[in-house]
Amino acid sequence: MSTQDIILSSGTSRLSPAAQVRKKLSKVAKLFDATKCNGCKACQVSCSEWNDLRAPIGEFTGSYQNPADLSSECWTLMKFNEVTDEKDKLLRWQFTHTACMHCDDPACLTACSTKDAIVQHANGIVDFDSDKCIGCGYCVTACPFDVPKLDSVDQKAYKCTMCSDRLQVGQEPSCVKSCTTGALKFGTREDMLFIADMRIKQLHEKGFAKAGLYNPKGVGGTGMMMILHDIDDPQSYGLPADPKTSLSIKLWQDVVKPLGAAGIIATVAVACLHRITVGRNIVEEDEPAAFDHSHPSKSDKE
Amino acid sequence: MNRRQFFKLCASSTATSAISALGLLPGKAFAAVREFKLLRAKETRNNCCYCSVGCGLLMYSHGSNGKNAEKSIFHIEGDADHPVNRGSLCPKGAGLVDYVNSPNRNHFPEVREPGTNEWKRISWNEAFGRIARLMKDDRDANFIEKNSDGTTVNRWLSTGMMTSSAQPNEGAYITHKFARSLGLVAIDTIARN
Amino acid sequence: MTNHWIDIKNSNVVVIMGGNAAEAHPVGFGWVTEAMEHNNAKLVVVDPRYNRSAALSDCYAPLRSGTDIAFLLGLSRYLIETKQVNYDYVKAYTNASYIVREDFEFNEGLFSGFDEKSRTYDKETWYYELDEDGYAKVDESFEHPRCVWNLLKHHVERYDFDTVSNITGTPVEDYEKVCAIIGSTYTHDKAATFMYALGWTHHTKGTQNIRSMAMVQLLLGNIGVLGGGVNALRGHSNVQGATDMGLLCQALPGYLKLPSDKDTDLETYLDHHTPKPLRPGQTNYWSNYPKFFISQMKSFWGENATKENSFGYDWLPKWDQQYDFTKHIDMMYHGEVNGYFIQGVNAINSMPNRNKTLAAFSKLKFMVVMDPLATETSVFWKKDDKFNDVDPSQIQTQVFRLPTTLFAEEEGCIVNSGRWMQWHWKGANAPGESKPDAAILSGILMKLRALYKEEGGVLPEPINAINWAGYHDSHFPHGSEVAKELNGIDLKTGKQLDSFSQLKDDGSTACGCWIYSGSWTEEGNLMARRDNSDPSGKGITPGWSFAWPSNRRVLYNRASCDVNGKPWDPKRTIVEWKHDKWHGIDVGDFNMKLTPQESAHPFIMQQEGVGRFFALKHLAEGPFPEHYEPMESPIGTNPLHPKVISNPAVRMLDGVAETLGSHKEYPYVCTTYCVTEHFNFWTAHCRLAAISMPETFVEIDEVLAAAKGINSGDWVTVSSKRGELQTKALVTKRLQPLKVHGQLVHTVGLPRHGGYNALTRKSSSCNVLTTEVGDANTQVPEFKAFLVNVTKVEAI
Repeated sequence: MSTQDIILSSGTSRLSPAAQVRKKLSKVAKLFDATKCNGCKACQVSCSEWNDLRAPIGEFTGSYQNPADLSSECWTLMKFNEVTDEKDKLLRWQFTHTACMHCDDPACLTACSTKDAIVQHANGIVDFDSDKCIGCGYCVTACPFDVPKLDSVDQKAYKCTMCSDRLQVGQEPSCVKSCTTGALKFGTREDMLFIADMRIKQLHEKGFAKAGLYNPKGVGGTGMMMILHDIDDPQSYGLPADPKTSLSIKLWQDVVKPLGAAGIIATVAVACLHRITVGRNIVEEDEPAAFDHSHPSKSDKE
Repeated sequence: MNRRQFFKLCASSTATSAISALGLLPGKAFAAVREFKLLRAKETRNNCCYCSVGCGLLMYSHGSNGKNAEKSIFHIEGDADHPVNRGSLCPKGAGLVDYVNSPNRNHFPEVREPGTNEWKRISWNEAFGRIARLMKDDRDANFIEKNSDGTTVNRWLSTGMMTSSAQPNEGAYITHKFARSLGLVAIDTIARN
Repeated sequence: MTNHWIDIKNSNVVVIMGGNAAEAHPVGFGWVTEAMEHNNAKLVVVDPRYNRSAALSDCYAPLRSGTDIAFLLGLSRYLIETKQVNYDYVKAYTNASYIVREDFEFNEGLFSGFDEKSRTYDKETWYYELDEDGYAKVDESFEHPRCVWNLLKHHVERYDFDTVSNITGTPVEDYEKVCAIIGSTYTHDKAATFMYALGWTHHTKGTQNIRSMAMVQLLLGNIGVLGGGVNALRGHSNVQGATDMGLLCQALPGYLKLPSDKDTDLETYLDHHTPKPLRPGQTNYWSNYPKFFISQMKSFWGENATKENSFGYDWLPKWDQQYDFTKHIDMMYHGEVNGYFIQGVNAINSMPNRNKTLAAFSKLKFMVVMDPLATETSVFWKKDDKFNDVDPSQIQTQVFRLPTTLFAEEEGCIVNSGRWMQWHWKGANAPGESKPDAAILSGILMKLRALYKEEGGVLPEPINAINWAGYHDSHFPHGSEVAKELNGIDLKTGKQLDSFSQLKDDGSTACGCWIYSGSWTEEGNLMARRDNSDPSGKGITPGWSFAWPSNRRVLYNRASCDVNGKPWDPKRTIVEWKHDKWHGIDVGDFNMKLTPQESAHPFIMQQEGVGRFFALKHLAEGPFPEHYEPMESPIGTNPLHPKVISNPAVRMLDGVAETLGSHKEYPYVCTTYCVTEHFNFWTAHCRLAAISMPETFVEIDEVLAAAKGINSGDWVTVSSKRGELQTKALVTKRLQPLKVHGQLVHTVGLPRHGGYNALTRKSSSCNVLTTEVGDANTQVPEFKAFLVNVTKVEAI
């Protein structure tokens, strides 16, 4: 993986530009079609198999959903929800492929203050570098989808990489390859949007009037998009209705972006400010008082 | 102040997404993408051992297939050339590597002696010898050569066999020849359940 | 499967009933979603549980477990009454016009010839009226009152919507919807496929469940066509092969019959099993039986099979009754069995009525377990808390546990559900000293030979005669050697045969399994072929592996065109008569040298060459299916004929009637099944599977749970007349109580993956509860419909 493939990186505010970005590299996406998923968990198991993860063997939690939640050793999880359609009282057993959404505007990366611990590749994939992760947990709290998880042993954050190791040799993610019904697809974002559009039209014809694409704008769109039976009710799939990168980040962007449009100087100023005031923002869990003390002044400055 | 509040307050100071949107890019960022683990691994084609969809598999084992490396399988995925599964696998198939490498595999012939509470490791030779002895004693004592009408029936009912539905045809045929040559009638397969 | 997995994409309607493809055959189910997306197919799921197949269905209908026949006969009635019948097909390719004997009767739930004492039928009357040449009489006008068509109409007319709903509990509106969707495929340009599995076989009338569906498919003209068929989704990866290899108590490889006491000599045997045609000009392919059998004896006994010794016929054991596993375990229980081989089966978990199986095993003198995994069966003598409550010092069985290789560590062929013989290669050595099954059995056989040579003994001849001499290493016959043996060889030239049409009955050919002929010819191993091209675009890949018989992908494909060889639907052409010649995208399932009119009998294995609505004497409980209650009925009666409640021809071993419970004590219907995450009891030993489903549970509907104060996650006791187990409850909307015959019937669902000697959490096998009473034909136990009680456990 070349540095030229990286378009975003956490905890950095360098003035010097990187080597030429491969701007022509197309963005990729995973498309999950909940209307075609039969909840078999092939994606979940093949994720663990490929990534050599073995979560602890848990216990029955009252549902088919096992393990109960994502963890540092479970990066993909099928969620099970029994939903009764209010109109015709029909039961629907909804399955949600739960893994990193690979947001275009990734809150985890924005929140991470450790240099290069979280990056976004030119193909849109948001990836964690566990060697650099210091376990502060900012990404965990920041993620509107509740995806990254800290490992209890090494205290580092982990999540789905969209199998960036497979992608770099031209293969599809492991979950997509194994999917038995074709509910998971992989390709360029453009292609996935096109396929989603066709499928949603077909679903409308089949009587799923509310079928639609979950590709929330609040996080800039996602590298994993989802076709839902009922786009008005993402909560029934365990998804947030209107996920946002976070209010403070949005405010920041609202202020800075116009400046950026105005000229590079303003940008440099902001970057310098950022470098001076923040630098590497190392957080120690067991010293909360120090931070209480330090950061009103930071936000004041901004 | 809890962590979440803290984050909300300071997050805006680290808004690198905005920075990069303006064209400022990180200088030296090596996000360590994991090495692709299958490069040059020995690939063997097989079929899933569970259900009868018969999905094609690619099994990857350690070593170059050279004579000095002991091959052991570390990854199994679907065979994209296979016309039925086209690369996909169900969760059982996707986890096959844990069947092959299960900690509960049997490794050696063992015997549990009557009335005891433990396994004892024995050699194959001893296992074959003792089993053959037990079989012969039972067969010689209980073999039925003729029925009450005097018809030759050549059957042995006091020993039976429950056979596998996952072994290949060739093993199954050997099993059939083995059983019928001894006069076994009570052979059955898990086909029934 | 008459068709194959990929062919499902050609269906217009997919019916999943008596199976749960999304969970038990998930990748096969992928072809259902393919049909739905690209062929606008409708998916109908009929099941007691709203399962993961139902989750994607266009139409789901619940039914009470064990009432499929009522459901399907009602469907037949609906099709006949609404004239949604493919009459061209029915007239040409079924026995609808055949005339049945005058003395055949059906009254009050019983067919003619029943003997109450022996619980068997004298089937004499279940036959056609024959003419002076021995051919069946027919009335092509369908006017004869005793032609099969009129008997069928009369038989099913009792199954109106209300009667069906009253028995099955399926709400009438759901039932009507299902009928209408399936009925829509009666036209030539539409086909429905039925995907079924153990949900139909695990009943005391399993065979008749399947027949009822096959009759629907004949009415609709859906057999032998693309996207249609009768599609059994086989269980284990090579259960098709194991059945082909005749690993059953009354079988020989290739669906030949193990002789019985009635087959006193070779001539009598061949006469009994070589059928005569029932109509003029029939192919009646089983007329070649002697060629298949003699060639098999040449493979069994090699040079020791000679014309003089009837090709070793007398060395084959003969049966006097059915020694299936239920019967043999019952004999064991009564102390009549000393030795038992268990090869790759976790019998103590898989067999019905675990407590009886445990007692039976404890009476064995020796048990030989051949398995890659340390199963509960191999440690049946070991105490494990309440999961296996035994005293080892009281169990005098010698148990041998022999490690075997598994699929990844051996080469060979396994046969998938679509009859594809797929060759696989070895990827690694097995751990420790594991050996392939063939090597283990050869090792024992060689020791036995030595012992008989040394000591003499009873009838050593077949042990010495069985043909091991052809194998390079008599201690380990290799897969490739045996595969060639199965294909067959011309003993004069030493060349591999091309096809079973070359087999002879004079001992000049040897062939282990006639249907496998053509799989390893002089060209090489055709099972290892990997050309996945699909020239027709219809999912037929003739260059991928080898499909038995003759590389044919769709069975009975002559029925895809009319009597004159014109495809019913040009978009579904498999074979076609054009320019005085047969053309096709698949190997024709008939003699392609015959004209269309000469070959217009597509069911070539039948004596009449047509599909049977009326099954003659082939099944134990009647030539037509009839609704019988499960042995343990939640309503305690049969609404159609209260005097004959359950299948009258079921085999009842001594003492078993006492192990059956009544609905008064055990009011709920229990059904057992697999979930997607696990494969029977094996995957409990795989960490990844154990993580994805760590323990078993019982599924209970919300109404019953509320009445009993049970919440999801609570411990409950599930008990039957045969035992009880504790497990956790899963309270779900996916199960609904059904209104049946004036009462509310609750179904509880019990996954069958419980084990206590693996990586999953310790739990009991569902078979603590199940009954050994089985199908009257196959003896497959009624795992899918038995009675239980459920109580909440206050503290555990």
